[in-house]
Amino acid sequence: MKKIMELLSGDVSGVLSKWISLQRNDESSSLSIPEDEVVSQSTDFFKLFVRAVASGKTDINDPAWDETLTMLREVAIYRGQRGLKPAETATFVLSLKEALFEVLLEKGRSKNLLEDLWSVTVCVDKLGLFVMSIFIEKREDVIERQQEELLEVSTPVVELWDGVLALPVIGTLDSSRAQVVMEGLLDAIVQFEAKIAIIDITGVPAVDTQTAQHLLKTVTAAELMGAECYISGVRPQIAQTIVQLGLDLGGMQTKGSLMSAFQQSLNRLGLSIQKIDNKG
Amino acid sequence: MQNNIPILKLGDFLLVTIQMDVHDRTALQLQDDLTNEISKRRSKGVLIDISNLEVVDSFMGRVLSDIASMAKVLDAETVVVGMRPAVAMTLVELGLSLPSVVTALNLERGMELLTQRLGRKGNG
Repeated sequence: MKKIMELLSGDVSGVLSKWISLQRNDESSSLSIPEDEVVSQSTDFFKLFVRAVASGKTDINDPAWDETLTMLREVAIYRGQRGLKPAETATFVLSLKEALFEVLLEKGRSKNLLEDLWSVTVCVDKLGLFVMSIFIEKREDVIERQQEELLEVSTPVVELWDGVLALPVIGTLDSSRAQVVMEGLLDAIVQFEAKIAIIDITGVPAVDTQTAQHLLKTVTAAELMGAECYISGVRPQIAQTIVQLGLDLGGMQTKGSLMSAFQQSLNRLGLSIQKIDNKG
Repeated sequence: MQNNIPILKLGDFLLVTIQMDVHDRTALQLQDDLTNEISKRRSKGVLIDISNLEVVDSFMGRVLSDIASMAKVLDAETVVVGMRPAVAMTLVELGLSLPSVVTALNLERGMELLTQRLGRKGNG
């Protein structure tokens, strides 16, 4: 690393401009970030990189590299937010290798060439891995946030009538969602003082033993709170699977459609819908 | 004997409000007191308000369902009112669906339900 340092200190701006031009020429790059941004990021990073190399430590976990890594983290996040491809972000670091190699080859022809090349490779590769892990970390954060949002959004409880709630379930009902659905429904029963709750499963693609178990639990819990519960939107296919799987839905009142469940609810409340006779 | 749960008379009904988490022995004492009270006052209905309970364990669940069955034998209807969502979820997870217990959302609904049920019984 000493050797590299000597070479670098001799021609910092040369290596830097070489690196920037390499980044610019890279074919995979669509460069959706402004040119001057690339230059300033590269310059800043390169300064820190040189300083870290000057410390003589090759391990990037060493405190001497902290500043460099912080900078690199910012670059990775900046690029991730602007929708750059993983390869483009990796190229930012990996193209530095080529620039450094060229300096080594041009000026540093010595018996230790292979050794020097190797230490540069190791160091830059580590930085490359670091930048990728940050990039993926950020992506995963986004995915996690979206999952949570989806969970919230996909379980609305609607008040159909005074004391009648409907809960349309859309998508597969797994354990974590079933929990959210149950909590949402029970809280809504308290909030709206509901007498009847309709769980509509029209949007559930398939019912397996687990889903049925979750539905049964939700219905039982709602009944413990003093509300009557109907399952509506059972499609013929789902009815077939339920029977073929030998699932026991004994505790549940099922209805073919939301409409018939709603009609049943009105009946229970002693209400009916009548046609208004305008002619009379 | 300080910790007994009070039983209030409310017309034809008895009202039991469980204010705090109860010990197993207090729960059994309640079972004893309540059956005595029902036969003494010839009550037609019992309302058990558990809206202050944050935890209902399997024992309490069983006591509630036992009380309901005992009251039934003494010709009184029991309605458990005010169960919290968290309690309902716990009971379901424990596999206790309290099939013999009639439940209502709050005291008002419970009264309504009892009146309705007793009226139907009286007419039939």
